[in-house]
Amino acid sequence: MSVAITSPEFKQNATEALADPQLQAALAKAGPGFVGKRRDAIAKLPEFDALRDSVRDIKNHTLAHLDLYLERFEEKVREAGGQVHFAVDAAEAREIITGICQRLDARTVTKSKSMVSEEIGINDHLAAAGITPVETDLGEYIIQIRGESPSHIIAPAIHLNKDQVEADFRRVHTDLPADRDLVEPTALLAEARGELRQRFLAADVGLTGANVLVAETGAAVIVTNEGNADLTQTLPKAHIVLASIEKLVPTLEDAHQLLRVLARSASGQDMSVYTTFACGPRRALDPDGPGEFHVVLLDNGRSAMLGGTLKEMLRCIRCGACMNHCPVYQSVGGHAYGWVYPGPMGSVLTPAMIGIDKGANLPNASTFCGRCEEVCPVRIPLPKLLRHWRQQEFERHLTPAPQRYGLKLWAFLARNGWLYRPATRLAMRALSLFGRDKGRFASMPLAGGWTATRDFPAPEGDTFQAQWRARKAAGTTSRSPAP
Amino acid sequence: MTASSASDAASSRPPRVGLFVTCLVDTIRPSVGFAAVKLLEDAGCDVDVPRQTCCGQPAFNSGDRVTTRALAEKTIAAFESFDYVVAPSGSCAGMIKTHYPELFVGEPDWSGRVERFCAKVFELTSFLVDVLGVTRVEARYDGTVTYHDSCSGLRELQVKAQPRQLLASVEGLALTELADSDTCCGFGGTFCVKYPMVSDAIVGKKADNILASGADTLLAGDLGCLMNMAGKLQRQGRDVAVRHVAEVLAGMGDGPAIGAPAPAKKG
Ligand code: SF4
Repeated sequence: MSVAITSPEFKQNATEALADPQLQAALAKAGPGFVGKRRDAIAKLPEFDALRDSVRDIKNHTLAHLDLYLERFEEKVREAGGQVHFAVDAAEAREIITGICQRLDARTVTKSKSMVSEEIGINDHLAAAGITPVETDLGEYIIQIRGESPSHIIAPAIHLNKDQVEADFRRVHTDLPADRDLVEPTALLAEARGELRQRFLAADVGLTGANVLVAETGAAVIVTNEGNADLTQTLPKAHIVLASIEKLVPTLEDAHQLLRVLARSASGQDMSVYTTFACGPRRALDPDGPGEFHVVLLDNGRSAMLGGTLKEMLRCIRCGACMNHCPVYQSVGGHAYGWVYPGPMGSVLTPAMIGIDKGANLPNASTFCGRCEEVCPVRIPLPKLLRHWRQQEFERHLTPAPQRYGLKLWAFLARNGWLYRPATRLAMRALSLFGRDKGRFASMPLAGGWTATRDFPAPEGDTFQAQWRARKAAGTTSRSPAP
Repeated sequence: MTASSASDAASSRPPRVGLFVTCLVDTIRPSVGFAAVKLLEDAGCDVDVPRQTCCGQPAFNSGDRVTTRALAEKTIAAFESFDYVVAPSGSCAGMIKTHYPELFVGEPDWSGRVERFCAKVFELTSFLVDVLGVTRVEARYDGTVTYHDSCSGLRELQVKAQPRQLLASVEGLALTELADSDTCCGFGGTFCVKYPMVSDAIVGKKADNILASGADTLLAGDLGCLMNMAGKLQRQGRDVAVRHVAEVLAGMGDGPAIGAPAPAKKG
């Protein structure tokens, strides 16, 4: 389904998410697993950091010469008998894909997980044209039958628990015996497999994303753990790859380096279970493969990012490590972010795609703890890019009024030390007098958000600077204890 | 040691250290400032505290470049004459050391000056250990403590081993490690004001880990994080004393903990 934008309601979304015990349990279960697996995988690969630098450099080089590599890629796809379509925005990409499907009289389109397809909202568009999209990744399949959107870029149904999935399967798979045993997760998996098998065979078109595009060979590389992408792309009449332009790398060797950091950062695997290089349609001697091969290359605002601060975001390989390590994502889950891409990477990308006026909450909803940047395999300085958006927001006067005035007053004081020092001194002495007995405040004007759930410590008394000056004037040593 | 001029200076006279006391220590908990002064003086420094306000981080993180820049210029002017600038906070030291340079990019008049300045700026425990070579302190603290690694100090300034090394020399102190000690406490400066519910959820997990550690005292190197964690623990009615690491290292860990009542005034 296409994702309605609720980023302006982030606070409301987050509050609801925090009050949702099922979501909280799901997050508590999944988050630490990702973190631990990544840590273990990296510990076994001493050259991991060197590899990260190398992949960062490969991406930077490709982005600096993107026009050249796009041209090379198109040429290679054409040589292999495929076709490349450039889509400036989501609408164009939807038209191209729907056009291909209609020309082939497609009734169903199988899909392998693709965040770009969420970005352009292709499912609703296909359905409106009378074409049934079928998600074949297990997680995507689950959220499709629930009418939801992914809450994580590599684990789309991470917000759900097994019981919820079981209930959905019983609701949707009505042709199966009602008393069947679905207690084991493997039973759910087997049931989804059975359902999807028929869909794979019936599909007219297969739509996949791509993790990497290789300019040297015109290959679209896709990794999965379920093998669903392989069935999606080999069985139907046509295979459409939908990918954004920054997925390109120059050579096969570059792609290999990228894959080595991708799976480790994402799921802590050395490699994903299936890694498939799709290169043109079926050739005369091939035992199988699609009759047509199309690559839809989506820009959707990315080339505009190339020239500015946000350029570094285009290195992103969508591993999800930043959200797995983000204290905010781990508290509220992906849906709270209110659009397709959640977590730190989403908080940088989303404002670029839906506008900072609608997306302003996201770059603000970060503690700047820096863990995302620390784990990002391509070393994207995510806090810096989030700060870039805060600056845009501030400079366009979009900052909410109370914050803006608070900041202005504080800035005025801080820039005028002769006023700041007596003002803080007075305030602290007063607060200290009120709070001395208990040592803290259980409620405080202007700090209601804090004191709703936390105490606030009372100041000790006079400011450090005032005490220091008094001691210096009195010639007492700085070591004497506070009076 | 980064500044060669400083080592030259050190050969003839004690290093002159400007204490960047930080807004929160200045206003909420001055005793941390005095603890820092004691540690620096014990290590042979000549300490002074020039008039100061804020490093500019709240403005920087709110996207207000003009105010940030103005405060950066003031801070540089106030502290430039010292051999070193030391803050009892990884967050403020990190702001200056890692972010000031980007405020002056492309300004040849400033960039060399800012670079020289930033090279002299340190967080307190890393200054003591990495620059002055301090390996132990004369202090006593009877208790089991656990240590939270505040984010900026950890990730911008690599403060991790230094406070632990110094704590190991405190008599009577047992250090027990905190699970996920390097995960954010949810303070985040203006974040805790803008998104208090999310901030509370994050500090709630931190409080669980602190309790699970079994420690009777929680230490960290940043007052903002400490106030956040203390406030949560106290609201839950937990009996964990929360202190800045400098207090314990300076042997000043016998005063009231953060958020604890002040003793009745002595005559
Ligand atoms: S920003 Fe970095 S960590 Fe986050 S998804 Fe992209 S590559 Fe992975």
